[in-house]
Amino acid sequence: MLRAAPFLAVILLAGPIIAGLVGVLLPALGYMPALGGTAFGTAAWSDLWAEPGIGRSVLVSLLSGLITTAVALGIVLLFLAGSGGTRLYRWIVRATSPLLAVPHAATAFGLAFLIAPSGLLARLLSPWATGWERPADLLIVHDPWGIAMMAGLIVKEVPFLLLMSLAALPQLDAARRLAVARGLGYRPLTAWLKTVAPGLYPLIRLPVYAVIAYASSTVDVALILGPTNPPTLSVAVLRWFQAPELAMRFEASAGAVLQLGVTLTALGLWRLGEVVVTAVATGWLTRGGRGTCDAPLAVLGGGAIALATASAFLGIGGLTLASMAGLWRFPDALPASLTTEHWRGALPTIGGPLVQSLTIGTIATAVALAVVLAVLENEVRTGRAVGRAALRLLYLPLIVPQAAFLFGLAIAAEAAGARPGFWPVTAGHVVFVLPYVYLSLSEAYRRLDPRWTMAARTLGATPRRAFWQVRLPLLLAPCLTAVAVGLAVSVGQYLPTLLLGAGRVTTVTTEAVALASGGDRRIVGVWVLVQALLPAIGFAVALIVPRLAWRNRRGLRGSQE
Amino acid sequence: MKRTAFFFPRPKWGEGVKAWASVVVAVVLSLWTSVATADPDPRDWNGVLAEARGQTVYWNAWAGDPRINEYIAWAGREAQARFGVTVVHVKLADTAEAVSRVVAEKAAGRTAGGGVDLIWINGENFASMKRNGLLFGPWAESLPHFPLTDPEGNRGVREDFTVPVAGLEAPWAKAQIVFYHDAAETKDPPRTIPDLLAWARAHPGRFAYPLPPNFLGSTFLKQALIALSGGNELLYRPAGDEFAAVTAPLWDYLDALHPYLWRTGRAFPANGTELRRLLADREIDIGFSFNPAEATSAIARRELPESVRTYVLTGGTIGNVSFLGIPYNAAHKAGAMVLADFLLSPEAQARKQDPAIWGSATVLAMAKLAPEDRARFAGIALGPATLPPEELGAPIPEPHPSWMERLEAAWAKRYTAR
Repeated sequence: MLRAAPFLAVILLAGPIIAGLVGVLLPALGYMPALGGTAFGTAAWSDLWAEPGIGRSVLVSLLSGLITTAVALGIVLLFLAGSGGTRLYRWIVRATSPLLAVPHAATAFGLAFLIAPSGLLARLLSPWATGWERPADLLIVHDPWGIAMMAGLIVKEVPFLLLMSLAALPQLDAARRLAVARGLGYRPLTAWLKTVAPGLYPLIRLPVYAVIAYASSTVDVALILGPTNPPTLSVAVLRWFQAPELAMRFEASAGAVLQLGVTLTALGLWRLGEVVVTAVATGWLTRGGRGTCDAPLAVLGGGAIALATASAFLGIGGLTLASMAGLWRFPDALPASLTTEHWRGALPTIGGPLVQSLTIGTIATAVALAVVLAVLENEVRTGRAVGRAALRLLYLPLIVPQAAFLFGLAIAAEAAGARPGFWPVTAGHVVFVLPYVYLSLSEAYRRLDPRWTMAARTLGATPRRAFWQVRLPLLLAPCLTAVAVGLAVSVGQYLPTLLLGAGRVTTVTTEAVALASGGDRRIVGVWVLVQALLPAIGFAVALIVPRLAWRNRRGLRGSQE
Repeated sequence: MKRTAFFFPRPKWGEGVKAWASVVVAVVLSLWTSVATADPDPRDWNGVLAEARGQTVYWNAWAGDPRINEYIAWAGREAQARFGVTVVHVKLADTAEAVSRVVAEKAAGRTAGGGVDLIWINGENFASMKRNGLLFGPWAESLPHFPLTDPEGNRGVREDFTVPVAGLEAPWAKAQIVFYHDAAETKDPPRTIPDLLAWARAHPGRFAYPLPPNFLGSTFLKQALIALSGGNELLYRPAGDEFAAVTAPLWDYLDALHPYLWRTGRAFPANGTELRRLLADREIDIGFSFNPAEATSAIARRELPESVRTYVLTGGTIGNVSFLGIPYNAAHKAGAMVLADFLLSPEAQARKQDPAIWGSATVLAMAKLAPEDRARFAGIALGPATLPPEELGAPIPEPHPSWMERLEAAWAKRYTAR
């Protein structure tokens, strides 16, 4: 039973993705018997190329994938290199986990309100500094090249890459590498970049690829901050997929395949960039330069990460204020009056989606946790680590763009007669929750001292009993953290919920994004806060429960005090 | 019933087993479909009421405005309490999504037990569903409250964008384009389409329209087209070869207008609610809406300042009726009909018309109402920024839906950045 666990995990992850890709590939080639397409052909593709603005859509998606990732990675590396040990470092590290838990959409709303010409920053600075009595007609949010969208993605991807780096750093023995380099007279930032960064990058390469894939194919962030005419490729595909004309399904499928191509191209270009950087950097690494512009680079890294973190918090803070605002006209820095009416008005309608979000998240996370525990326990018992190939497979749902295979999955489900609704959505969430649960649990699981199990076995416990009574209790804290991560991932899912639920499954995220396409900012604020707070509950539980359960077992309380 | 499962290989059964299995399947299917497709008879209203009890109606309705959502939630609670019908509001960003779902179900062979029970619909979505035989009915004229709309005296409830309704959808709401502005800031707003261009030149960046094919954005195109083509009668017939000639003045107009739009026409608001928010944020000076009470209710919610006022264009603005349709394969037709009839009741219609709730005009004819029902409407305060009917004027009827589809396609070709 346990031996089947790795296969089960692979089927759970790869199955939907393969079905989804086939589900768009066949219609993209003209084959979809249900719609009368029985002959293969390229009509869908010529329709796709004839679509106004398709070239621009592709280009913006591609650029977003590359620029977002390059900037976010640059900020993280410069910050780690230049700010280690400072007070800023401790603050940022502490702010990272909560920021990571906030769904993409919530961060994007916050940023939209922060930077718009009539947004919070402009209100704070007007009219005394800017001279604006009216919002300036500046194309900041929804700009045609997606700069605001990339900024929103960077704000969200920086904490992700930072956390992945922090998790990988202990394997590198960074302190000693640094000490040696410093002893040879390298300046601190240069020392880090030359000795630690080359070791770190391979360890965070997959997360970096995940960022490229996400940034080149996001739907919810693009809807909130992205260009409108034409939109990004992913949003365009969504529109075609929802068009009432049947024939559009073929074109939408071709668009989804194109999206896969765009993401793969972005990944390929990035890989090319890796080769170029390696070639160029070898000289720089070995030339022996001790560093000349350390201080400005350190300030740049620290400043950029502080800016990104501050905008995320300020944006959410601004929306909090908006959710309690009466009339709040430009350029007033504060609302003319405060009121609870938006909260009172929204509360009766929040309950349903909130329960829905929690139920889907709980079931999806429970399934994912069970599978991951089985995979890890199997690994520990058989002593065989999951191979590198299998590990790559775990990243599949993070690297294959949602916009590429979810449409196909919905088409495949329709063709197989499965009704869209709660269970398909929950199953879809498992695909995205499982990798994150695995990533957040595997290290702790493998690092647990095997002698605990050995001691239990020596005392006559069966392997099963050793697992339930020794390993699992010992791992309560990391398991709960993994659950919190899984819950946060599930709560933030937009496209899987929308497509696999056919709109009948409403969660706080689908609700918030639906309202946000224009809507009253004060009500959007209410929803965004609920959406941002939901994952926080999970993390609070993960923090508190081990402390209560292990009042008398200090070593088991998880995070160090 | 054709179900294609082209992703899964069929098991290789022996011929005999296969034959038996197909007989069993056929029998089960015929039993099942005969039960499932026994549609309720709208003329037997008591039968409909009895069948509806206990049903859950999936009502697909545009959900971009919280007030509408609250009204729908209220209607759901009432339907539950009075008729035992549970209502689930499937929230749409665009009605086309629901049409797409019905189409997908038809393609997948689900001709009964479909997931969409009731759609808030009109215009090109109705035309396309009717053309493709995707609507159940006729049923609408059998609703007990239907005679209150005065169908003999009111063409609007029997024609949807010039397409005959034929009882396939029940009237629900009346809409008419109105413009609104903050009278404290904009003293003399433009009252014709040509004046709007002159005004925009003088006030660059202070006017916007939603991105077509959003229905409000497309309606702006139609409004401009009607004004610029002098109300050409061709607009009320299916669009043909004359499209280019008739629309030429519109493209000239838009070419001139776009450089003076909000964000110089390089970004467009997504919909009417975003337009309202832009006015609230003082980014633009003139907004427009399909709901004549939009400004009043926004003032009541302190979203817009009290100095906002509504006006219509000289020569009138486009108006239409929106309806409720039931897909041919809906699982809960009886429940959907009961809900549609409740929504047509004077009580529900009066509540809908109250600007404090929603402010959407009723489709009922006052002359057909009993005195106590008429009093429900007479008691509604218009509010500071709603025009009385005589100032609102008679609506300009909607052109044939084919014009809207071609306008949207031509607009996208012309104005999408490359």
